[in-house]
Amino acid sequence: MKVILIRFLIGGVAVSLFSFLGDLFKPKSFAGLFGAAPSVALATLGLTVASDGRYYAAAEASSMMAGAVAFFIYARCVSWILMRGRFAALWVTISLLPVWGMVAFGLWYVRLK
Amino acid sequence: MQVKIDASALKQTRWYEFGARFLFGGLITAGAGMIAKEFGPAVGGLFLAFPAIFPAGATLIEKHEKQKKERAGLHGSARGRKAAAVDAAGASIGSIGLFVFALVIKRYLVSHGPWLVLTGATAIWLAVSLLVWQVRERM
Repeated sequence: MKVILIRFLIGGVAVSLFSFLGDLFKPKSFAGLFGAAPSVALATLGLTVASDGRYYAAAEASSMMAGAVAFFIYARCVSWILMRGRFAALWVTISLLPVWGMVAFGLWYVRLK
Repeated sequence: MQVKIDASALKQTRWYEFGARFLFGGLITAGAGMIAKEFGPAVGGLFLAFPAIFPAGATLIEKHEKQKKERAGLHGSARGRKAAAVDAAGASIGSIGLFVFALVIKRYLVSHGPWLVLTGATAIWLAVSLLVWQVRERM
């Protein structure tokens, strides 16, 4: 429980920090870079190295590459629909999350085979 | 296009919006750790690039842009959506940097000091993202 709480606090601080940086910059396309900052990864990998060792953390980073490809496709889809459609950002960003899941787990499955 | 620091956007952000980001960030970090413990590092690692905070961020950008236009007496819905779309395009560029970040960690974490690798990978994330963003802006 203590480890989960520490992860929660460090993750919250890391994400808030990168979000704060994103708020500071203009234009929006540049500020958007911080939407894909490695905030969760930094918080998680640092703690994972301490608790489970470098090999375990490196294995997580290996899978993270598939997650990043999925993030790219997800963000492109969100941008495309918001630019052309008439749907609210909350609806589009939430309803397209399965796209991230399908691509990430699809790549993970292909790699397993 | 030149990058500028604009602190006015911070004034638009309410305390509960900062709180929501902290909450989402904390939850996904704790969740990624629990998933890795349950299903192993291969599945847990996927969630290190989960767009956890992205929906909240894009929604806030849309809301703030809409409010700005409505204060000027204009209908802001379309402008708000467009601002969120541009933010998402920026995030897609950041995710290319995120891929390189993960690659650097995977390649060097075992053989080098962890803090050096994490710091270096973060600098490389920023450098790659900036480079791709600049190339994109000039196209």
